[in-house]
Amino acid sequence: MHAVKLIDRVQAINWNKLQDEKDLEVWDRLTGNFWLPEKVPLSNDIQSWATLSDVEKQMTTRVFTGLTLLDTIQGTVGAVSLIPDSLTQHEEAVYTNIAFMESVHARSYSSIFSTLISSREIDEAFRWSEENPALQRKAEIVLEFYRGEEPLKRKVASTMLESFLFYSGFYAPMYWSSRAKLTNTADLIRLIIRDEAVHGYYIGYKFQKGLELVGSQERQELKDYTFSLLFELYENEVEYTQDLYDPLGLTEDVKKFLRYNANKALMNLGYEALFPREETDVNPAILAALSPNADENHDFFSGSGSSYVIGKAVNTEDEDWDF
Amino acid sequence: MSSLVYYSSVSENTHRFVQKLGLAAQRIPLRPAEPFLHAMSPYVLLVPTYGGGNEGGAVPRQVVKFLNDEGNRGLLRGVIAAGNTNFGSAYCVAGDIIAAKCQVPYLFAFELMGTTEDVQRVRKGLELFWQRQSANRS
Repeated sequence: MHAVKLIDRVQAINWNKLQDEKDLEVWDRLTGNFWLPEKVPLSNDIQSWATLSDVEKQMTTRVFTGLTLLDTIQGTVGAVSLIPDSLTQHEEAVYTNIAFMESVHARSYSSIFSTLISSREIDEAFRWSEENPALQRKAEIVLEFYRGEEPLKRKVASTMLESFLFYSGFYAPMYWSSRAKLTNTADLIRLIIRDEAVHGYYIGYKFQKGLELVGSQERQELKDYTFSLLFELYENEVEYTQDLYDPLGLTEDVKKFLRYNANKALMNLGYEALFPREETDVNPAILAALSPNADENHDFFSGSGSSYVIGKAVNTEDEDWDF
Repeated sequence: MSSLVYYSSVSENTHRFVQKLGLAAQRIPLRPAEPFLHAMSPYVLLVPTYGGGNEGGAVPRQVVKFLNDEGNRGLLRGVIAAGNTNFGSAYCVAGDIIAAKCQVPYLFAFELMGTTEDVQRVRKGLELFWQRQSANRS
């Protein structure tokens, strides 16, 4: 068992003296986004759940056990393993917040289970998650870096988890939401998706700060490593996706979503997107379930230019505005 | 001809996008202590959206300060916003907020540091946009 390195002495953290202003900005964002599963009325989905076929129920249950596994890893091992590598004390504090929220996420899936699913089905799904080779391999690849001795590679693996590896699972609730099913469950998952965006952004940012401190050769090695890890994980994700979604004929649709998110993971690490647009054209219904704003309304350039979109009235209560 | 003003935090995502555009651009200073930026000619503003569940703080504070200046506001012609679809309905909402408050068109939205396609579309789109602007004026 890997032991967390404990530091010899502790200095009291002073939030009024920042080495990196991003730490406070992200801390504020994370604490401002804090939520608990109890605030989502999951029981309103009971009727909807009953309309799913057995195959659909099985896929959904397995998806959530897989997500539970990843959040368990990130909460109890992943985010915690980043703490000793921190460049600032405030960075350490942010990781403790991330670790806690990952545990809230893992807790949330159990809330979904207990609301919708019989204990027999839950047991069956947990057994499946323990026996599915692709899921176990995904966990193993990431855990290997968490246990290792290379802080920057650890951040790469962690960003991959936050920004890429969850999305084979997140697809399912977005799919149901787009069909007006399990909509409360989808609301809860959207809160998780929002958190993971901040986590991936922050860990990726700290990776880039770390890169500034190493020589050009090591920088190149880390870039090569990142892309080869991405390919390894992607191949494994494809297998996992087939296991989950082949029975419903959704695999190709999910793969677009995977590649779209793989690109975002790379961008969070400061690298260019890898998969071209024609391979990442996510089903518009899924994209709309994720973000109702992500439509073509904001592409004035591709239109004739005869009509402008002047932003809709948005609540702008920030006190900073002067006009 | 074309003028671009942008804000990018220390994460440099938006800065990278601007570099890829290869257009002349002025950066809104990161910190209040740095000299205030005064726009001198019509410009398009490119800003990231600070992600959150509620819309508070979606527009970076330094951008708000920049736009609070009447001279700067008067020269604003359009807005481009960056963001992340993970933030759901708050995706790129900085663009909505600025377009509504300043009554300018919301030209384009892209994710994180933008893909190659995003860069090409913005580069070409801005060129046409400024051509049309000067045609309207004459």
